[in-house]
Amino acid sequence: MALVLTEEQNLLRDSARGFIADKAPVAHLRHLRDTRDATGFSRDLWREFADMGFAGVIAPEAQGGLGLGPVEAGVIMEEIGRNLTPSPFFATALVGASALKAAGGPRAEALLAKIASGDLLLALAVDEGAKHRPGAMTTQAQRSGNGFVLNGAKSFVVDGHAADLLLVAARLGDTVDVFMVDPKAAGVSVERTIMTDAHNAARVTLDNVALDADAALGAGERGAAILETALNVGRAGSAAELCGVGAEAFARTTAYLKERKQFGRLIGEFQALQHRAAHLYCELEIAQAVTLKALQALAAAPDKAGPLVSLAKARACAAADLAVREAVQMHGGIGMTDAVDIGLFMKRARVAQELFGDERFHADRLARLRGY
Amino acid sequence: MDQLDAFRAETRAWLEANCPAEMRKPFEDEEAERCWGGRNFKFFSEAQRVWLERMAARGWTAPDWPSDYGGGGLSKAQTIVLRQEMRALGCRSPLDSFGIWMLGPALLKYGSEAQKREHLPRIVRGEIRWCQGYSEPGAGSDLASLQTKAEDKGDHFLVNGQKVWTSYADKADWIFCLVRTDFQAKKHEGISFLLFDMTTPGVTTRPILLISGKSPFCETFFDDVKVPKDNLVGVENKGWEIAKYLLTHERDMIGGMGLVGGGRSLGEIAAQSIGLENGMLADPILRGDIARLEADTWAFQIAMERAGDLAKAKQAHPAYSSFLKYYGTELNKRRHELTMSALGADGLEWEGARSQDGEAARAWLRTKANSIEGGTSEVQLNIIAKRILDLPGA
Repeated sequence: MALVLTEEQNLLRDSARGFIADKAPVAHLRHLRDTRDATGFSRDLWREFADMGFAGVIAPEAQGGLGLGPVEAGVIMEEIGRNLTPSPFFATALVGASALKAAGGPRAEALLAKIASGDLLLALAVDEGAKHRPGAMTTQAQRSGNGFVLNGAKSFVVDGHAADLLLVAARLGDTVDVFMVDPKAAGVSVERTIMTDAHNAARVTLDNVALDADAALGAGERGAAILETALNVGRAGSAAELCGVGAEAFARTTAYLKERKQFGRLIGEFQALQHRAAHLYCELEIAQAVTLKALQALAAAPDKAGPLVSLAKARACAAADLAVREAVQMHGGIGMTDAVDIGLFMKRARVAQELFGDERFHADRLARLRGY
Repeated sequence: MDQLDAFRAETRAWLEANCPAEMRKPFEDEEAERCWGGRNFKFFSEAQRVWLERMAARGWTAPDWPSDYGGGGLSKAQTIVLRQEMRALGCRSPLDSFGIWMLGPALLKYGSEAQKREHLPRIVRGEIRWCQGYSEPGAGSDLASLQTKAEDKGDHFLVNGQKVWTSYADKADWIFCLVRTDFQAKKHEGISFLLFDMTTPGVTTRPILLISGKSPFCETFFDDVKVPKDNLVGVENKGWEIAKYLLTHERDMIGGMGLVGGGRSLGEIAAQSIGLENGMLADPILRGDIARLEADTWAFQIAMERAGDLAKAKQAHPAYSSFLKYYGTELNKRRHELTMSALGADGLEWEGARSQDGEAARAWLRTKANSIEGGTSEVQLNIIAKRILDLPGA
């Protein structure tokens, strides 16, 4: 498949670009942050996301969704990245919906319909320690009667404090599964964690949480595959967001190089800055290419896309990281102020890099796959 | 089955029937076994000769050139299919040629009908080997300051001057050459693009010994060389436009070298050389460097693929080749640095069969030229900054 967007995908991008820039520019994030908004995102805006079809972008048409795939979801994520928009889109419409689609069945379909209509928010709880290491997970599900009992502690649960339903990854015997947990159930406690970038996350503790037999999305068999799919879609979506963060930080920086004068010259005339900007351009082009390739691979065969997804997340992390570091440095003192948006891009890039594995995690994963 | 699938099936069948088995094996000694063609070329084997002859007969040495000039007349999509099928069968390139990679595209765009008919079919058949007369001792990155002089003598130009870094000039039959035809005009506006036979009286070449111990480049001297007026490509004093167009093709070619892998991956080389502990390379910091390099290389391959798709969709910036040239060559240098680190002392041997006469070390040194030839990395970054990013100044 050609590594350019199709005509339909371009139309979707234009519509998402206009809509998000209009409804939720960086000022929207500032407002939520500065008013210490209890939800951390706008429920009204999410309603509009649903009206635009974005909430159900990958939910099947039979459930009221658009029936599209990872590439289209990535297109929306990139625009979210450009505008630093706090939105349930990632945790609910992308990761949560992918887990449910992978699980299949009438119950998942009912939940997908509620996602598409904007009436259900999800949060995937997978990380436990400081770093994303799903292989080292210790949260445990034990069979108890017809159901399960869940014990453990999760962190960096995106939208955990606002979710109507938690999807909790846990060990079950010698495999893993993803459990649907009502955040109001006995033994569940959720603490919202205000993050550096003013986006949402939570810590979730599970203390002898009793679950019914049908709480396991993978029915004790397919949980590992469901989790892997949800993580990979999330990683590729996060890569797309980072492409947007990097591209916008870069656009603002090159604009600044063309207006800021020192020593009687535009600073963009200095070759020391020109070469760094040109190198950054190359890194961002590569991140764009790889991210689209990974999203296309996920659309074609999700179970085979893992290596490309890791490549995309690794490269997008590195490119966005360089973009925001250069952005602050090239803006100079003004880039250190809260009044200018550039610092917000740096903060978002830092958080998004940690989400579902940073560059090192994914480079390591590729090296292991290649046998060294 | 659509038409492209049908083409794929025919192509595969033809390649299977016509590509000799010897031409489907990886190179043992790549330098000795590549086919460059030309009047004085000695085929390494009968299979190499047959393979060139068969591919050239179909025009598939230059698959996307028009068939009127001996090319294959294939569409871009068919050309990609042909490359894919050749790769799938492990077919060697039938012909490596500056004529195909660089001069041909420029002649197709700027050459006269007579020039196309004279030169392109011979390039396709590998009969004439070309070299590139661009750089001069005083004109490297600042190529447009070149001083080789071509005086108008009525029916011919009289060429005097010196070129340097002329790749394989000592083996080439013809040269495409930048000369100054107007010394009064601004430096970009007095340059012309000439073609001439290297056996013309007054042309001499001298190989330059490089740090790799090899001499792929020459100094080339012109002493009262008479070049017929018909050998001027395009318009007199407008050669710089052709020169730049040709350079974009050269950049694509050199940038692509970052991808030449074949053989074993760097991870495999390091695993064999250094060993594994708990399934991981026993040198953990080198492992991290190699993991990043391999990720960057794979990512760059995908970026090259996208560059092709962007060009097809007419969305590529005209200066995009500078990005590919810059990044590909820097990547290739990094790969060879890490290969040397992975091989350690074993990679330092310069002579003898064990090291294949210092193959790794010589290849490492050779890559240092990648980011100099065809426009330095710094020149590519200048081009990106000015033409793509539209940054101010000079």
